[in-house]
Amino acid sequence: MDKKEVGVRGENAACAYLERQGMTIVERNWRCKAGEIDIIALDGESLVLVEVKTRKSERKGTPEEAVSPTKQKRIARCANAYLQVAGVEECPVRFDVIAIRVLGEEKALLRHHKAAFEVQ
Amino acid sequence: MTEFGRASIHTATLAGTSTVPVEVQADVGLGLPCFHIVGMADAAVLEARQRVRSAIKAAGYRFPNASVVVNLAPAPLRKHGTGFDLPVATAILVATGQLSARALDGCALVGELSLSGRIEPVAGLLAHACAARDTGRTLVGPPDLMAYSGVLPDLTVRAASHISQIAHPTAEECDPHDLEPLGNTLQPDMAEVVGQAMAKRTLEVAAAGGHNLLMLGPPGSGKSMLARRLPGLLPPLGMEQRLQTALVHSVAGLGESAALQGVRPFREPHHTCTAAGMVGGGSPPRPGEASLAHNGVLFLDELTHFGPAVLQSLRQPLEDGFVTLVRAQGRVRYPSRFSLVAAANPCPCGYLGDGDRSCECAPASVIRYRDRIGGPLLDRIDMSIRVDRVDPSLLVTEQAEEASSKIASRVMAAHLRALERGGQNSELSGSDLLAVCGLNSRSQRTLVTLAKHTAASGRAITRVLRVARTIADLEGTDLVASEHLEEAFGYRVTDRGVLG
Repeated sequence: MDKKEVGVRGENAACAYLERQGMTIVERNWRCKAGEIDIIALDGESLVLVEVKTRKSERKGTPEEAVSPTKQKRIARCANAYLQVAGVEECPVRFDVIAIRVLGEEKALLRHHKAAFEVQ
Repeated sequence: MTEFGRASIHTATLAGTSTVPVEVQADVGLGLPCFHIVGMADAAVLEARQRVRSAIKAAGYRFPNASVVVNLAPAPLRKHGTGFDLPVATAILVATGQLSARALDGCALVGELSLSGRIEPVAGLLAHACAARDTGRTLVGPPDLMAYSGVLPDLTVRAASHISQIAHPTAEECDPHDLEPLGNTLQPDMAEVVGQAMAKRTLEVAAAGGHNLLMLGPPGSGKSMLARRLPGLLPPLGMEQRLQTALVHSVAGLGESAALQGVRPFREPHHTCTAAGMVGGGSPPRPGEASLAHNGVLFLDELTHFGPAVLQSLRQPLEDGFVTLVRAQGRVRYPSRFSLVAAANPCPCGYLGDGDRSCECAPASVIRYRDRIGGPLLDRIDMSIRVDRVDPSLLVTEQAEEASSKIASRVMAAHLRALERGGQNSELSGSDLLAVCGLNSRSQRTLVTLAKHTAASGRAITRVLRVARTIADLEGTDLVASEHLEEAFGYRVTDRGVLG
């Protein structure tokens, strides 16, 4: 399982989890000049921008730690771009982080951090 | 779901020993979630974001997942300190509808927040209390506010120990500051000093008239011991003086309870003190030793070892009774009316003029050493005396020395006489001074003779007259007589060139 595959499977798992939570997936891997947003979903009225981070080991730290301030800034810039493109500037927004720790071939831990960060 | 809205809360920021009103405006609205504080806030104010967020959650409220912008108006004014925590948190709670704005009508808020939402005191709390009293607002803040009910009877406070209680406070009772004058019971007693009758008399005169004093003498002669006993001789502080002194201490983040109980401050900065440490400075500005000694005693031991810039910086407070710090950000003023007591050795080795040991200093080095004090500062010192070592035979015999309380009662009587005339003798000048001295022809002749004999300058004569007035007050007489002048001229060793 290479790095890319780990990431894609993690994002799939995150989508499935969010849908089970009653959210509607709007976009996946939405790209702009500033970068990428892994998942864009609707939770009731609010728009949820989700960063998914999957790790097989914690040798380099927990998956949450990988969502550094630099990364948060990049996501916030993307969010601005998305809100403009989608024309939904007047809507509550939330930044979530879903951290997935792979434990085995069909086993993983998923942690969902709601409103994990905000624009600096 | 988060409710959006706006709110504004009154608070203030420190400027000198008073405060400038600041309005905390919060806007919680749609947009990317963020928490910004704008309006020239310093690092401590910006850190409020972390404390406010934790405190709001810990108190059981919700922190809005929305665009939160807090403005501190007026925006061009620099704000510093942690006292904005409580107003910022409250503004957010009101803006999100979690607190009713009406509950805080006519209130000003101040206080630091702990992560658990507890409200903590801040430096300058007394200044905030004075401002609230003057504007007629109810001051909402930490339980420490309850202590001010004695000094500021017109102040209404709503003390709360936790942010969850600010609308309906149930703060535990906090003792009002004890206003019973502690008087001088805490000060060291003059009875512990053996001999030194002349120095004790000088301190008595200095205490009665608020005169500045320089003591010259060899090491170990008891100069410091004598100086530390001066606060115990001074008349207790009046109510307004207590408040003024306590304000300076409060702004500096020191305890204000001693000053509120009428204890005269005694400040003894080390001779390595910087100019900023002496008269105040830094960013944000803090009062220096000269202001912390307001209405008390500033004791400079080893005067000649202080930096020349530090000593010269004392000229303004000695002359005007306050310090004005002018900085790029603006100017602040701290009150600084103190009795200066200085001690120094007469020469580098310390034994010039000592009866038992000979001085080993070259004459040129003695002159250089003296010049470190500087004429302008010496000019502002009313009394200078020599303090010599006590005869060892006196130290071993049991001597009944006069207690501070007895000397203090004489000082008090003289002080009251001066107050009846309109103020401390050390502040008299020009025609007022001559009028209150009431010299007759005989005492005038004495003054002229002595002044010629000692080649006294006009300024020196003014100093002598002030001291003579105090000596007459101690005696309880209305007119200054020849013997008072003679004694006053005796306290001028620096004029006579008889430092040693």
